[in-house]
Amino acid sequence: MNFNLSEEQNMLKDSVERFVRDEYDFDSRRANAASDLGFNPKNWQMFAELGWLSIPFDEAHGGFGGGATDVMAVMEEMGKGLVVEPFVATVLMFGGLLNKSGNADLQNANIEKIIDGSLQGAFGYLERQSRFELADVKTQAKRDGDNFVLNGEKTVVSNGMAANKVVVSARTSGDQCDEAGITLFLIDTDAPGVERTSYRLMDGQLVANIKLTDVRVAADHILGNVDQGYTLIESVVGDVIIALCAEAMGIMQKLNTTTIEYTKTRQQFGVAISSFQALQHRMVDMFMAGEQAKSMLYRAVCAAESGADDLAKNIAALKVMIGRNGKLIGDEAIQLHGGMGITDELDVGHYVKRLMMINTTFGDADYQQQKFNRLAHSE
Amino acid sequence: MDITFSAEELAFRDQVRAFLSENWTENLASRINSRDGDYKAAQIEWQNKLNDKGWLAPGWPVEHGGVDWSVTENFIFETERSLAGIPDVVPFGLKMVAPVIYDFGNDEQKKHFLPRILKNEDWWCQGYSEPGAGSDLAALKTKAELDGDDYIVTGAKIWTTYAQYSDWIFCLVRTDSSGKRQDGITFLLIDMSSPGVSVNKISSIDDHHSLNEVVFDNVRVPTANRIGEEGKGWTYAKALLAHERTSIAAVADSKRKLRELRELLAQEVSGGRPLSEDTQFQNRLSNTEIELMALEYTELRVLASTADGKGPGVESSLLKIKGTEIQQAIQQMYMDLAGYYSGVIHGEDTEESIGHAFGHSARQAYMYGRAATIYGGSNEVQKNITAKYVLGL
Repeated sequence: MNFNLSEEQNMLKDSVERFVRDEYDFDSRRANAASDLGFNPKNWQMFAELGWLSIPFDEAHGGFGGGATDVMAVMEEMGKGLVVEPFVATVLMFGGLLNKSGNADLQNANIEKIIDGSLQGAFGYLERQSRFELADVKTQAKRDGDNFVLNGEKTVVSNGMAANKVVVSARTSGDQCDEAGITLFLIDTDAPGVERTSYRLMDGQLVANIKLTDVRVAADHILGNVDQGYTLIESVVGDVIIALCAEAMGIMQKLNTTTIEYTKTRQQFGVAISSFQALQHRMVDMFMAGEQAKSMLYRAVCAAESGADDLAKNIAALKVMIGRNGKLIGDEAIQLHGGMGITDELDVGHYVKRLMMINTTFGDADYQQQKFNRLAHSE
Repeated sequence: MDITFSAEELAFRDQVRAFLSENWTENLASRINSRDGDYKAAQIEWQNKLNDKGWLAPGWPVEHGGVDWSVTENFIFETERSLAGIPDVVPFGLKMVAPVIYDFGNDEQKKHFLPRILKNEDWWCQGYSEPGAGSDLAALKTKAELDGDDYIVTGAKIWTTYAQYSDWIFCLVRTDSSGKRQDGITFLLIDMSSPGVSVNKISSIDDHHSLNEVVFDNVRVPTANRIGEEGKGWTYAKALLAHERTSIAAVADSKRKLRELRELLAQEVSGGRPLSEDTQFQNRLSNTEIELMALEYTELRVLASTADGKGPGVESSLLKIKGTEIQQAIQQMYMDLAGYYSGVIHGEDTEESIGHAFGHSARQAYMYGRAATIYGGSNEVQKNITAKYVLGL
């Protein structure tokens, strides 16, 4: 039993930490997020050179063959820097789907390009009506010879504007909310019939709605099997939830440290406000929330690494805890910073906004708790 | 990161399971769980069985009768014990005074007391808290004045669990009140049959007698029963407190109860539907279960860092706070599940006679359970400790 990172994992973590320290002060982060692409392409090339873009891919495809622990080590540090470069969207979601698709041709054609930094990807899984239900898919895909013809719209697609290619979920059979009958298609974003509308989210992400009008996709551009896309989605989304929670972990640690430091320097009534017991206990609550979240993260990472039977339950529990404890830490961080906590100038509010978006992504704490209840009930 | 057990560890787990299932009988369970009447004899009977196996004092050094278990093996034993519904050994002798004796006592004391504790010949209780010194333990006033080869002890200790059963009490007493409060404290072992010792029962809100006040009226205690140096008692006692907080968390015990709650939830019916279908109850259950899943790993993290030689340290406060909050949430759910029957007073009533099985025990656990956030240093004091020593505030 040990909760230590390997030497290799520590080096990886250190290299991300160094990048954040040297290249990612708060002003640079602001500029990166506000740029046309929503991130800085120079940073992306640096990620490629440092080998980070290869982490989750199999060695057969030139990858690093990393597991949940490696991804955690990277994401925690990216969280501390509020890194906006689309590591999650391109490498973990888009790349993750390819990696687990079993489609060798598509893997050979694309994974190398993700690793060298020349290919940006995205995953379109939401629709206007679907809220958090991954199986609520109205976008239609109709077979036409060796092709499928897609009609519909995917919404709030992370990295949807910069993406050269996007994987979308579409219905090939069944009713609107059936898990069966969903198929995953790989589409070029410049293909005829693809129309994108971009907008920004509060955490700085540039997202897009992608409208599909009679978009023709060859049958060999299907990831996984026809009608069975949902299993693949669930598996990759599970991996990505753990990664996002590791990012949230980094943010929570950063907020806790920042808050403690601030209360030690802020003077009121002639003393540092950190000497007030009412505030001390709030900071202890923040600390406990962070430590419990870290334990749950380790639990889910260990379950993923060992392929445990109750992995899905662990992931749901993790998402609930990160959502709730993240809210506690975020709210308290603003409160303890007083008026300064409300300003856009201070980084605290920006960390909080990212935590809020992570809570929403793939189902908020309440939604995930219902999922947890179903899994626990059926045990 | 790896939490899988090795083949040897799995074999050890099977060995523990086999021993427990063979030796923990229905008869022992009902006598010990009653916590009345025959309780003491039954508890000693069980502890003797553990001692015969050599497993009564795993934490002790091997030369004194301990077992050379790794942190993981110790964890496995504790988990299996809790999941089998077996209460922990009475800690006052085995887990509290014994480590003080083998770490800080002299050879005579080790030779005399340790074997008697292992053989369950002496029942111990703890004399720390006083009417004027609770979470602020250093405020204690019980006085010990030197008179030849004896100390004369005068004062009172309170909340003394099972003093009514005890042969010995280990006490923090004040031998000097001139300097810093912590500096004038001495650690004494006192024979409960000494003239001048009296035990007053304290009835608690669970209708059970476990708590007492122990009064010392000019009690003579030989200096031979002093641990280490005069005035150093605080240092000796403090070493114990982190352990106490860690064990109060009782993670595996809460796990077993949550499992039982899920079963009860499926049996209890409201409006013709099992309560397991009630979303309110489902959410309350999962709120607690999720917190406990995390706490289980917090405990493992503490154990892993102990195995790395870093010691349990300050995270023990976190374990105590979260562990006791979870215990109380569980007790509340048992109460709410029992409905009207949560008010049942008489333990002798059977399920057959009144129509319900667990109302009485739920109420007792709930009522006594209020103490968990108070004892071992109240949860608010744990927050003070964490603020100062972990967060550096």
